[in-house]
Amino acid sequence: MQIEIDEISKLFGATAALHPVSLSLPSGALVALLGPSGSGKTTLLRILGGLEFPDTGRVLFDGQDATGLSVQDRRAGFVFQNYALFRHMTVFENIAYGLRARPRATRPTEAEIARRVAKLLELIQLPQIALRYPTQLSGGQRQRVALARALAIEPRMLLLDEPFGALDAKVRKELRQGLRDIHDTTGLTTVFVTHDQDEAMELADLVVVMSGDKSGGRIEQIGRPQDIRARPASDFVRTFISA
Amino acid sequence: MSDTTFRPVTTETPLTRVVLILVSMAFLGLLVAAPLITVFAEALAEGAGAALESLSHPEAQDAIRLTLIVAAVSVPLNAVFGVAAAWLITKFQFRGKAVLLTLIDIPFSVSPVVAGLCIILTFGANSWVGSWLVAHGFPVVFALPGIILASMFVTFPFVAREIIPVMIEQGKTEEEAALTLGASGWRVFFTVTLPNIRWALLYGVLLCNARAMGEFGAVAVVSGKIRGLTATMPISIEMLYNEYQSVAAFAMAAVLALLALVTLALKTLLEWRYADQLAANRRH
Repeated sequence: MQIEIDEISKLFGATAALHPVSLSLPSGALVALLGPSGSGKTTLLRILGGLEFPDTGRVLFDGQDATGLSVQDRRAGFVFQNYALFRHMTVFENIAYGLRARPRATRPTEAEIARRVAKLLELIQLPQIALRYPTQLSGGQRQRVALARALAIEPRMLLLDEPFGALDAKVRKELRQGLRDIHDTTGLTTVFVTHDQDEAMELADLVVVMSGDKSGGRIEQIGRPQDIRARPASDFVRTFISA
Repeated sequence: MSDTTFRPVTTETPLTRVVLILVSMAFLGLLVAAPLITVFAEALAEGAGAALESLSHPEAQDAIRLTLIVAAVSVPLNAVFGVAAAWLITKFQFRGKAVLLTLIDIPFSVSPVVAGLCIILTFGANSWVGSWLVAHGFPVVFALPGIILASMFVTFPFVAREIIPVMIEQGKTEEEAALTLGASGWRVFFTVTLPNIRWALLYGVLLCNARAMGEFGAVAVVSGKIRGLTATMPISIEMLYNEYQSVAAFAMAAVLALLALVTLALKTLLEWRYADQLAANRRH
């Protein structure tokens, strides 16, 4: 799905989180929102997911205005920074949650739910863990379960907030490839937030470099990783990507 | 290497440990165990038959029934209120949040007797609300509604105060995750929020219940102490004791203490039964 962000701004009380920003993301792209803390990248992601609403501007999905669309109706698969797995449910119940939450008319049967969960566990290469609880999983496994749970609702896009932030270096490298594979398999427009420029440059098709100051976060440059490296648009980008 | 040379840095010397344990045991024995044993001993001073007979007296039965009714009404209402208040305070930002938190704590700081007087002044026959209610056949003061109001006032912080810290610690990302998965607000509440706070809620309800059954001060003021009609168990105990009916007073006190002990035993049993779940909740 093609995503269009049109002059979006956001204030939290008296603090500006986003200076009006505009951005167009092609359908099926793997996009990184890259920037230091305070650059508004998470706010932008949450606005896309319907968890925050912008003060001004519009969000368009495939040309349709989605600014006022509720979080439930957006069908955005969202992976939270600490994964936010339901701690009192097994992995199976976590992944099935979105299917069970559907209105009766569109809710799959139990057998169908079981089949889909099994398929998703296969996709994240953890077929054996269905009956475990989140506390019994490693950090990397939790991240993949969160991904499977988000994919279970057959989302229109995939949004990930610092998906590798809580992992150690080795697991991080493995899971980068995992995300790339899942993106290529599903073909979903995928947006992830990161402050790690290596991660953004290595993984994404398109990198959005953001910076922040008192007037809020703003976009410094949008481009393919090699173009940003070759031609940084500002001193900020030059310093940030060489850090 | 011996224990004394390399004991863990946070462990005290054996002497300190023994002294600390003895001091706490002595305190507990003096303040909790001894009075409790005395209550049961006094109740059984003239044999179990006398104690049971005093409890089968119609007025004693009325007192027990009244106390159970008061707890059965005020505890669920306070549980609902406590969950609603905790949800409001932890999941939303709004003006006047600090004021609401302070208001919730008022019953902890205001004397129950003062609370009882406030209810009399507001709903008594001399106020216009009270006279209107009496005229319409619904007296509050010196009747069951007043006793329930007084018990609710005294016990309403318990549930909210137990839940709020848990909800703050857990944050709201699990709720947000459920919303992004398409769940409605009520579904999120029943499938995510409530299971996550169920232990704190249970403790809150047990504490609230214990206090509701045992409340004396506020109820003494609003009830009018009408025997067989508005005398709850704690009120009856006082009246019986003042009338030198020692066995009856202590038998009733023993029943009240037993109710509390049963509550405590129930809590311990649940903790033991679900120890793994509790641990899982804390670790995550």
